[in-house]
Amino acid sequence: MSAMSSNWDRRSILRAAAGLSAAGALTACGGNNGRSGGGSSGTNLTQYFHAYGEAGTEQAIKKYAKAYDKANVTTQWITSADFESKLFATLLTKSAPDLFEFHPQIQMIKSGQVADLTDIIEPVKSDFNPADIKSHTVDGKIYGVRMIDDPQFFFYRKSMLEAAKVEVPTTLDELMEAAAKLTTNKVKGLYIGNDLHNVINPMIWSAGADTLNEKNEIAYHTDGVVEGIKKMRKLFTSGDLLLGAPTESWDPSSLNQGLCAIQFCGMWAMPGIQAALGDDWGVFPFPKTVDSGKQSVYNGGWSMFVNAKSENVEAAKEYVKWLWIDQKQYQEEWATNFGFHIPPRASLAQSATKLKSGNAAEGVKLFNEFGHFDNIGWTQAMITALEDVFANSVRKDMDPEAALDKADAAVNRELKKLFG
Amino acid sequence: MSTTNTRDLARPAPAKASPAKPRRGLRGSPTFNFWLFTGPFLIGLAIFVYAPILWSLWLSFFEARFTVTPDKFVGFENYTYMLTNDDFVGSLGTFTAFAAFIVPTTWALSLGLALLVNRLRFMRAFFRSVFFLPTACSYVAASMIWKMSIFSGVRFGLMNTVLGWFGIENIAWLADPNPPWYWVVIVSARLWLQAGFYMILFIAALQNIPGELYEAAAIDGAKPGWQTFRYITLPQLRATSTAVVLLLLVAAYQAFDEFYNLLSKTTWGRPPLLELYYKALGESQDYGAGSAGALILTVLICAVTLLQGKLMGFGRGEESK
Repeated sequence: MSAMSSNWDRRSILRAAAGLSAAGALTACGGNNGRSGGGSSGTNLTQYFHAYGEAGTEQAIKKYAKAYDKANVTTQWITSADFESKLFATLLTKSAPDLFEFHPQIQMIKSGQVADLTDIIEPVKSDFNPADIKSHTVDGKIYGVRMIDDPQFFFYRKSMLEAAKVEVPTTLDELMEAAAKLTTNKVKGLYIGNDLHNVINPMIWSAGADTLNEKNEIAYHTDGVVEGIKKMRKLFTSGDLLLGAPTESWDPSSLNQGLCAIQFCGMWAMPGIQAALGDDWGVFPFPKTVDSGKQSVYNGGWSMFVNAKSENVEAAKEYVKWLWIDQKQYQEEWATNFGFHIPPRASLAQSATKLKSGNAAEGVKLFNEFGHFDNIGWTQAMITALEDVFANSVRKDMDPEAALDKADAAVNRELKKLFG
Repeated sequence: MSTTNTRDLARPAPAKASPAKPRRGLRGSPTFNFWLFTGPFLIGLAIFVYAPILWSLWLSFFEARFTVTPDKFVGFENYTYMLTNDDFVGSLGTFTAFAAFIVPTTWALSLGLALLVNRLRFMRAFFRSVFFLPTACSYVAASMIWKMSIFSGVRFGLMNTVLGWFGIENIAWLADPNPPWYWVVIVSARLWLQAGFYMILFIAALQNIPGELYEAAAIDGAKPGWQTFRYITLPQLRATSTAVVLLLLVAAYQAFDEFYNLLSKTTWGRPPLLELYYKALGESQDYGAGSAGALILTVLICAVTLLQGKLMGFGRGEESK
């Protein structure tokens, strides 16, 4: 005892206390969990957003959060490429966000990761796009609030097509011919992304197939899809496709900088393209893969979910209701002031003046005419399985049937786990 | 036998004996000091290394999808799944090809640089720093520079610009696997990043070779250059070479960053860690299968390392020659 007291004298204890204080301060600096300070009600909420490419979006989301007076809402703005893995990993921990944006996926519901939001959506359900409601519904319960709809299609340079005497393609064969005619020693005819992932679903829909059918069975393994994959392989090896571009296809830079004449992208890019190219551009849907198919548009988008394991589920739901159901002026601003998106609320979609003319109106028309929405049963593992098909068959020349068989095994394993 | 020499005569006088002080409790205890210095590291090791390994072992016997606290026991199902998964098994092949190239290449390059820098009479420190500096660069940053600037697939990428001077068409270095140009990008990035570090190890080893050996060899008629290198330098570097090869092999097994950043979501060029990340831990969130794969990989790394150590005589020092 005496030895202890001689070792741990007052000076030592003071030094240790000072050290602990410093360590505590450093820990606080390093541990940015986004929960700084307390709101007026004392409730702290954290929300995750993937980093949107359009200027002003981060500030807008933080402005909305600041305007909310019933809780202190902080935002983590996460680089796009890392968003999914970071979100999924964090959801397993105590540092999980209280609310986050993502796409509807049934595995999150089955795992008890997202809260039932039926009670806050039900009163305004009829004002939402029915397809958006359907894509968020499992067993009659609605699990997310759609914030924006993002149709994706081809953007093209009118002047380049006119100079090459190329008509807007309506079939995949015509698209391949157009890409060949538009390719010069400086400009490639077509850009569909370095990994081609964004055109997988549109190609399947344009072949008259689907990812899953109503019974949640495989619906993509058809002759039309096999033929489509073979055509995509031909396109990939033609030399008319822009490969190895510095930016991915969600960024319109390749079209804007004249690296390609036609680029697959999303409606969000319209203001940026307008600023770069003036009126020298147009849009068209993914062309028919085979004669029996139909042009298609992928209606992507982002939805807000509440972490079911959060300690503040009710407060998070209140915030979601306040921002994404009650605050219509913010919703319209979010959908049309930065990139262009279609508001999922019918009343807002009709009143959004920026979407009523020019190419924006054409985008809305394509959305309504050819659009396909997310299937909540089509999970991340299934998405990866079809990405592998494109990697193996289109980019690496594997037999499409063999690649699809391999995907079938992965998708069926997933379906069995989800639906028995 | 006398051991007296002049240095002994110059030995300083012993310090003046200090007045006897009472031992200061635990501070004087070797046991206390041992735990004081090793304790934090042992605790860290237990928390951040052994606990995750044990947790991983436990997870590998459960269906752990979207959870790390599963309750459905599946026995060896996850192991069977991973061992019969073409992609996982294929990733081991990718690693083998990668290691077979990168290990000897880095060894030769770093040894070559060490020999060159060690012979310099002027600006030795400068060149040592120049070659070592890339080690401080992150793999992610280097990958981005390689991908977007040097090996960009468009006409203004550095390599494509150079090729253009000779009338060669643009190459999609990373987007097209046929031919597999992506290996050029990956291997050059890794060589740039790590050769300097191993060069420093070799320089240290070179400076430890006694000059008398070279003098004796010269007297015996050994020609400077290749002969001296072959029969003096290389054998003297055996221990360092073995350690370097071992480190390179382990680093090759752990390859992730440059593959992840240079080859986004391909099905080729996936080393085992990347395959595990994509198939099990990343977006699919199958922690059971991921843990099984990680443990299979751990066992494999241990086996290969032990075998390599055995073959190259790791741990046999100079005294055993």
